[in-house]
Amino acid sequence: MLMSETAPVKAQDTPIDELARICGQVRRDIVRMTHGAQSGHPGGSLGCTEFMVALYFRILQHDPAQWDMDGRGQDLFFLSNGHISPVWYSVLARSGYFPIKELATFRKLDSRLQGHPTTHEGLPGVRMASGSLGQGLSVAIGAALAKRLNGDDRLVYSLHGDGELQEGQIWEAAMFAAARKVENLIATVDWNGRQIDGDVDDVMPLGDLKAKWASFGWDVLEMNGNDLADVLRTMGNAHGRTGKGRPVVVLMHTEMGQGVDFMMGTHKWHGVAPNDEQAARALAQLPETLGDY
Amino acid sequence: MPTFSVRAHKDTRSGFGAGLLALGEANNEVVALCADLTGSLKMDAFAQKFPDRFFQCGVAEANMMGVAAGLTIGGKIPFTGTFANFSTGRVYDQIRQSIAYTGKNVKICASHAGLTLGEDGATHQILEDIGLMRMLPGMTVVVPADHDQTRQATLAIAEIDGPVYLRFGRPKWPVFIPEDLPFTIGKAQTLVQGKDVSIFACGHLVWQALQAAEMLAQKGVHAEVINMHTIKPLDVEAVLGSVGRTGCAVSCEEHNRYGGLGDSIAQVLALHAPRPQEFVAVNDTFGESGTPDQLLIKYGLAPSDIVSAAERAIRRKG
Repeated sequence: MLMSETAPVKAQDTPIDELARICGQVRRDIVRMTHGAQSGHPGGSLGCTEFMVALYFRILQHDPAQWDMDGRGQDLFFLSNGHISPVWYSVLARSGYFPIKELATFRKLDSRLQGHPTTHEGLPGVRMASGSLGQGLSVAIGAALAKRLNGDDRLVYSLHGDGELQEGQIWEAAMFAAARKVENLIATVDWNGRQIDGDVDDVMPLGDLKAKWASFGWDVLEMNGNDLADVLRTMGNAHGRTGKGRPVVVLMHTEMGQGVDFMMGTHKWHGVAPNDEQAARALAQLPETLGDY
Repeated sequence: MPTFSVRAHKDTRSGFGAGLLALGEANNEVVALCADLTGSLKMDAFAQKFPDRFFQCGVAEANMMGVAAGLTIGGKIPFTGTFANFSTGRVYDQIRQSIAYTGKNVKICASHAGLTLGEDGATHQILEDIGLMRMLPGMTVVVPADHDQTRQATLAIAEIDGPVYLRFGRPKWPVFIPEDLPFTIGKAQTLVQGKDVSIFACGHLVWQALQAAEMLAQKGVHAEVINMHTIKPLDVEAVLGSVGRTGCAVSCEEHNRYGGLGDSIAQVLALHAPRPQEFVAVNDTFGESGTPDQLLIKYGLAPSDIVSAAERAIRRKG
């Protein structure tokens, strides 16, 4: 091996109290972005904040400065439930993929921060369009297969909504990944129990979700997605279970709207932006930690 | 007019299989996916020779399209294979979001297109696929005319960086395109020169158009026959150049009269040089079971239908 070869990309070693500080700022970003656009999806974004911050500031072996589409030698992440773009854009910007001030353009004309994520505008960090649900697991599997063919031992992560699991393509993909022993993949599910029309159990119950994934041949873990310590512990466990002939899925219990009291305990903030008064009330609960964009 | 010697009768899908095998040997980045139709798509040889680069997806086309999109991330060049109906209509949103909108380098290879699928009937005889694919921004749409050209096209689309729809068929069909004729994506092939009418055709209908041109020649009508193997991007210069000389057009396709080659040509003529055009296509209906020859006659895609259309177009020149 040549000495001049680039050093392997590593994960950041952000301490947990710093992760918590970042979460506070990301939540402010989510509220301010959806308020600024007067549209977007704050509920699921707030609920996935701990997971996404832990992923980008601790778990992923990635280097925003070396971003390219293929991502060889780096872990890849695919957001399948693209409507929670606010939390993704915030962690991408705050971890260095693009200027933080660009968050102000969310959902506005001529922005790279489209309502749902896309590669079309060339936003660094995004490798696949998502929004039409149920497609991201298949894409993540394909990317994992490419890594296998390339002899690249880094991992592929994906995130899915629980309502999204009602899409049939998810289960086509689940069957395929187990059959083809896609062992370099960790899928995660935002199991908040709510979707746009109401509670998942009322709209279209998922049944025994853990048993479903297990019966499809996946290694299944559960965690509290709003508890940073549990997220770090369980994702570390998931990492240790890769490379053993089975895909891994982490079912993540979260609270939609976590961190903003009036957005919690309901499905109503799935896809509704706060007005001026609501945004002020939300931001009063979320002290600025890293500086607003 | 020149005569075209028929070298053999071969199915265009076998041309795809031969091209895919050659690509597998030439390029390690080429991978293939199939949804339980490996034999029908003639992908067996690739699957056997390159088992690590072949992915059997089962009867799950939506997932296949997504996996193909993902494989491009890391530099692979995926070729998906299934029937045309399951390659397009069944998975339109997967293609739209995960392949076309994202500009992924996926080659969607579709067999058993059109009426000549035959006895399986209308559930499988998609006549709307060219339109569906042509409407997607950035999608290249290729419909080769015979076995050897399908092989050439399979090799050629691997060189394009972006999504491609390659449409071919099931029946054994004349192999007649001269071997020394250059094949370039986006460049139409003028097979016969003529001064009275321009006959534009794609796929199996190119052979029908040549038969029609011979019948017209016996009546003293000199038809120009152009193989429009690429529907998108359309060879606008070829259309305008030919119609500029002949003054009228006939389009021929194994497809609904809406959305396909005919519409593509009509748009060019309407924008640049309005001239009479007649459409040889399926008249906004579904197909049915039957032999390919029976169906081509019943649905108005026989050489005699092209002759009639050419005569109508010539009369309309006024």
